[in-house]
Amino acid sequence: MVRLEDHAIQPGSLLDAFCRDRFDVGGVVSFTGLTRGRTDGADVAQLSLDAWPGYTEKVMAELEAEARARFAVLDILVVHRWGDLAVGEPIVFVAVAAEHRRIAFEAADFLMDQLKTRAPFWKKETGPDGERWIEARPQDHADAARWTGDTQ
Amino acid sequence: MARVLMFGALAEVAGWREQTLEAGTLADLRALLTEANPALGERLSGPGVFAVVNKAMVRGDCVLAVDDEVGFVPPVSGG
Repeated sequence: MVRLEDHAIQPGSLLDAFCRDRFDVGGVVSFTGLTRGRTDGADVAQLSLDAWPGYTEKVMAELEAEARARFAVLDILVVHRWGDLAVGEPIVFVAVAAEHRRIAFEAADFLMDQLKTRAPFWKKETGPDGERWIEARPQDHADAARWTGDTQ
Repeated sequence: MARVLMFGALAEVAGWREQTLEAGTLADLRALLTEANPALGERLSGPGVFAVVNKAMVRGDCVLAVDDEVGFVPPVSGG
């Protein structure tokens, strides 16, 4: 399941609910992304995340479907914030349930790489030097490209 | 009449987020937007910017029907 959220994300509550009443799952891997207070040496006071409700979830759901087709996972939850975030606030939460841990780790890693480079979000950082729009970095694209080879 | 949407930095350059515009094709719409705001036109044809018509990515041109929704999407930065 994927969800776009305009209020604060509570990773602990999301993880508790995701783990509840599961009897066929051997492991759950979760990842929480936090808003950084410093990017490329520049202080960040606040972050605004633009999204396109309707289209953003559609692309997120496509990424979930790709992860399910690629890895033998039992369940996936992706919750992504949008709007204004303070430094240190959770911006994204990914949880993957699988029979065995390795697949859950890999699927969560895959999902984050795809979200960083393909999910329709637009990030603006505000700091003492003003505002600037952020794009996926070369490293993000290199991370995502790891999954296009035939090594998997 | 197409419902035209701008996101991220494009909305800032445009000075608006949503407008209803008269255009028969996507190319006509791009020409109209460029005429009204050359800086926006330049950004729209820049690297990594693409058009999404009725929630599906469109490469190249396409015919726009009444009530079509066209979004212009700049390079993403999720996570």
